[in-house]
Amino acid sequence: MANPPSMSDEEAAAFRRRQKGRNIAMFAVLAGLAALFFAITIVKMTHH
Amino acid sequence: MRSAAYPDSEVRDWIALLKPRVMSLVVFSGMIGLLVAPGHLHPVLAFTAVLCIAIAAGACGAINMWYDRDIDAVMRRTRERPIPAGRIEPGAALGYGITLAVGSVIVMGLAVNHTAAGVLALSIGFYVFVYTMWLKRRTPQNIVIGGAAGAFPPVIGWAAVTGSVDLIPVILFAIIFIWTPPHFWSLALFANEDYRRAGVPMLPVVAGGKETRRQIVIYTLLLVPLTLVPWFLGFSGTVYAVAAAVLGVGFLVSVWRVAHDRQDETGVSLTNDAPARAAFKYSIAYLFILFAALAIDRSIG
Repeated sequence: MANPPSMSDEEAAAFRRRQKGRNIAMFAVLAGLAALFFAITIVKMTHH
Repeated sequence: MRSAAYPDSEVRDWIALLKPRVMSLVVFSGMIGLLVAPGHLHPVLAFTAVLCIAIAAGACGAINMWYDRDIDAVMRRTRERPIPAGRIEPGAALGYGITLAVGSVIVMGLAVNHTAAGVLALSIGFYVFVYTMWLKRRTPQNIVIGGAAGAFPPVIGWAAVTGSVDLIPVILFAIIFIWTPPHFWSLALFANEDYRRAGVPMLPVVAGGKETRRQIVIYTLLLVPLTLVPWFLGFSGTVYAVAAAVLGVGFLVSVWRVAHDRQDETGVSLTNDAPARAAFKYSIAYLFILFAALAIDRSIG
């Protein structure tokens, strides 16, 4: 991938590292929410 | 090195926006509300309720940091926060906060019940509009008002289990409400210089150290008998009553030392505010242990 404008190679590498961290966190949050909503649905269906 | 043209954040910056240390007390007091309420809530739903309370509190933190970015930039304690440090754009923080606030209320309403969701929404609105935007910068009683916002979690936890709001959660609300001024004014005493520079009308800034110390003692004198009300009403047993009395005496001793700190004629401490620092630490442990004692008392009683 080309570097975003006005970034040196080191800056771009650091940028990508932080971006990757954010992506992983976002995945964890979304997967966690999906699991939670699944669990809530099961509980609501079996206890009401 | 960061390029100034790209506000770029780490995951921990987004966590910092949620003010995790404030969140821990909120989560704890919300759980106490859940634990002491009569009735039963499925563990998954109880977890969801606590999560919603935590996320809503975090959302308030993010919106607060968006609104207060100008004063955060001039206070030593806060100038490294993600927005004043330039790592997160103000608009992004606001969008993040609003999304989490709305999301937490919707999930609470759908998964738990509408009363809990309603009180949660009320507490967010109170914190953001009444405290942060309206009163924080206008009145030295700002902390008293802010205390009301921080006092909602046990009420929300109780409502999550019972679907209603009763006298006991209102008393727990009142305990946190009265506890907040001595807790926060102790901090304001030793962070006085920061608040003065930022132009926030904290009580020590506008009324001086002497008056602040007097108010700390008054609120603590009100607080200690109030903590015994659950016992008077027969809601708790002697375990809680003894804990509340012993902790209360400790708190009174702690604020008495604050009031009698060596100080110059303008009320500035000559001991680098050592008693105020100690009282601030004690106040945090005080509330944790007091509420834990109530939950333990209820579970064995």
